[in-house]
Amino acid sequence: MALIETPPGQDLTDALVERVLAAANAGTPLRIVGGDTKRFYGRPVAGETLALAGHHGVVRYDPAELVITARGGTLLADVEALLARHGQRLPFEPPSFGSLATLGGTVAAGLAGPARVARGPVRDCVLGARLLTGDGRVLKFGGEVMKNVAGYDVSRLLAGSLGILGVLLDVSLKVLPVARGARTLRRHIAAQGAIDLLGAAAQRGLPLTGSFWSTGELYLRLEGSPSGLDELVPTIGGDPLDDSAAASLWQSVREQTHAYFTAAHPLGRLSLPATTAGAALVRADRIAFEWNGAQAWVTGVERETIDLITRAAGGHATLFRRDDAEDRVTGDVFAPLPTPLLDLHRAVKRVFDPAGILNPGRMYADL
Amino acid sequence: MAIDAGLLRELGSVLGPGLLSTPAACVAYECDALTAHRHPPDLVALPTSVEQVQQIVRICRRHSVPVVARGSGTGLSGGALPVAGGLLLVLSRLDEILEVDPRRGLARVQPGVTNLAVSEAAAPFGMYYAPDPSSQVACSVGGNVAENSGGVHCLKYGLTVHNVLAVKLVTMEGELLTLGSETGEAPGLNLLGAVIGSEGLLGFVVEVTVRLLPLPRRVELLLAAFDDVGRCAEAVGQVIAAGIIPAGLEMMDAPAIKAAEAFARCGYPLDAQALLLCEVDGLPADVDDDLGRARTLLEAAGATSVRVARDAGERQRMWSGRKSAFPAVGRLAPDYYCMDGTIPRRHLADVLAQIAALSTTYRLDVANVFHAGDGNLHPLILFDAGKDGELERAERFGADILEACVAAGGTVTGEHGVGVEKLGPMCSQFGAAELATFHALKLAFDPAGLLNPGKAVPTLARCADYGALRVHGGRLPHSHLPRF
Repeated sequence: MALIETPPGQDLTDALVERVLAAANAGTPLRIVGGDTKRFYGRPVAGETLALAGHHGVVRYDPAELVITARGGTLLADVEALLARHGQRLPFEPPSFGSLATLGGTVAAGLAGPARVARGPVRDCVLGARLLTGDGRVLKFGGEVMKNVAGYDVSRLLAGSLGILGVLLDVSLKVLPVARGARTLRRHIAAQGAIDLLGAAAQRGLPLTGSFWSTGELYLRLEGSPSGLDELVPTIGGDPLDDSAAASLWQSVREQTHAYFTAAHPLGRLSLPATTAGAALVRADRIAFEWNGAQAWVTGVERETIDLITRAAGGHATLFRRDDAEDRVTGDVFAPLPTPLLDLHRAVKRVFDPAGILNPGRMYADL
Repeated sequence: MAIDAGLLRELGSVLGPGLLSTPAACVAYECDALTAHRHPPDLVALPTSVEQVQQIVRICRRHSVPVVARGSGTGLSGGALPVAGGLLLVLSRLDEILEVDPRRGLARVQPGVTNLAVSEAAAPFGMYYAPDPSSQVACSVGGNVAENSGGVHCLKYGLTVHNVLAVKLVTMEGELLTLGSETGEAPGLNLLGAVIGSEGLLGFVVEVTVRLLPLPRRVELLLAAFDDVGRCAEAVGQVIAAGIIPAGLEMMDAPAIKAAEAFARCGYPLDAQALLLCEVDGLPADVDDDLGRARTLLEAAGATSVRVARDAGERQRMWSGRKSAFPAVGRLAPDYYCMDGTIPRRHLADVLAQIAALSTTYRLDVANVFHAGDGNLHPLILFDAGKDGELERAERFGADILEACVAAGGTVTGEHGVGVEKLGPMCSQFGAAELATFHALKLAFDPAGLLNPGKAVPTLARCADYGALRVHGGRLPHSHLPRF
């Protein structure tokens, strides 16, 4: 067992520090950009571009440790290819939304793909980070070990922070082995029936690592040992997809190139408790869902209906993809925070970015 | 200290008999399981509702009285040690299980509910709560959140932070916030992640929503013996590199094996230099598959014997030695000092060699047990506090071990927390800029600095202090609990 040799990449820490310090002194807002593949997500940021793409390279990877550390500007595709060569993967199956997506952007956006239903969100895999704060401090939190309770867990706080607390210089992530086998099944079933079926499957402890429902069809992905899957699949029912059809189906869900998504503009996202029936309230052609119903996508649905669903179920809604008038959106895209919680967000933001120059407004108007 | 009469009156009107203020009543709360540090609290509050918690906190805030939260008091690092002039907020009477919903896969509980009670409540539905710290019959879920507690199944099932969906938090201002949500996601920053493991410095957790998992259909346990510790460490890496994620992967060295066997009569081979317990769980076919491959790998890695537990009874027996390692080692010497470092696994053999060398230097024996899958070490340093200078030698030995963990790229605490115990070693792991950021983050939650002050994060001035977990004659509070 040993460290894997990787190309050295390029460390731009010093230059990035200088640039951030200059911006902080001048009060110039910065828009942190990796591959700019998720520009549509969150509120638009008016600021000078702080490009991270040149700050790249895998710093450390030892497959037996189940940890990889790479610079923020490292291409997600490069990281995934390296892991795949060693039979491993990022547990949360992140979407890239483009070939230039970076690891830093992936963690900062905090978006997970179909496997989140089984293997958890991005934050669960963040073990450590090196952060460049809005006042030019380079701070190291967490590390490369699975268990670490020394100090506050700032690195997990950075997952999904949309760059408002700092620039991710390096990030250490937990990785997992690729399962030895995977099967995808397709069933014709209405939304409510699909949710019931998924709920029962989850309770039975079936190794469900993906579920996607759209226009009356449910796709289920199971992973495990080939012999175990052979026993299991007939007990569930449905038409098996061959491996390449299955791979392209899950790819299209993860990257939102599936037919449902290509027609869905603007796209809303509902986060709901798994297996609640909320999704069944919406006209079937306007909704799709994943994660056993915990992530529902909606388009062409009135705000009132969405509020009704999320209030009844105890979830929240996000304007995931803004309309074409991209950078002119001024309203909230994330669900509003109660005042005391928003105040706490402001106080936390000041700890890391006292001048308020990093991705200002990306998450909420005054953060 | 003299307690302000106005403060007493205000607290009394909220709490009635739930307020303790006499030394005789308060002394029971003078320490948690880190018994080397004691300080009788001046005031103890035993609220029975969230509203009472908010009222107490607001009163304390107005009077600038520091507040320390406490659950069951099983913590190993002094996180619940009372502070001078402060109030100890004991949350153990908030002990209701509010909801268990197998369909949504969650349970909502008050902070004083014990860890094991959650799994017991979920069991009729074929589910359980995964984190299983060794003190689980007694420790509280609120305390688990404060410490980000682990257990023996972390590699596969994660720590508390991976299994908590939401908490309700009372801030030092008396506000009630919800962090996270039933869906496992919430708009805004992941403040839940920062609060879990914050050792009670950021807020008071008054309700916890945890994720429940279906009980595994099959569990198997494999016991492998090695005649060399390094070879055993190497085998651990090979099992994981082969794509097997065991539910538990535990290692013991020769002194720990001998002590455990003498204590628990669990059938460990006494001539082994290292033992590995490897538990796999899941669907029957997957378990058979993993077990077969693990067995082949361990034999190829030089195991002198590999045995699979025949049934649940033997599995329990094989675990019993490991689970009683602390009290077992405690019989070898009048005192022991338990460390809790984590390192990248590839440095295991090297760090063990360093510990062996330090053992010679300090003329003190050491027994090692590890959560090998996570690289989490629990070296147990044996000493006799009755002998001149041995305590000091043990503390220096322990500090050197933690330094070795940091030098290997690891951490000074994997799961026991910093509390008051590891304030010194924290200074090796973090620089001044990181420590300053921790203090600033605390002030964002607690501007007056009244919440569990002086714990978890050292002031730069304190960076020279080193504390100690010392157990005399095997007597620690909750000594009936297994410690692993």
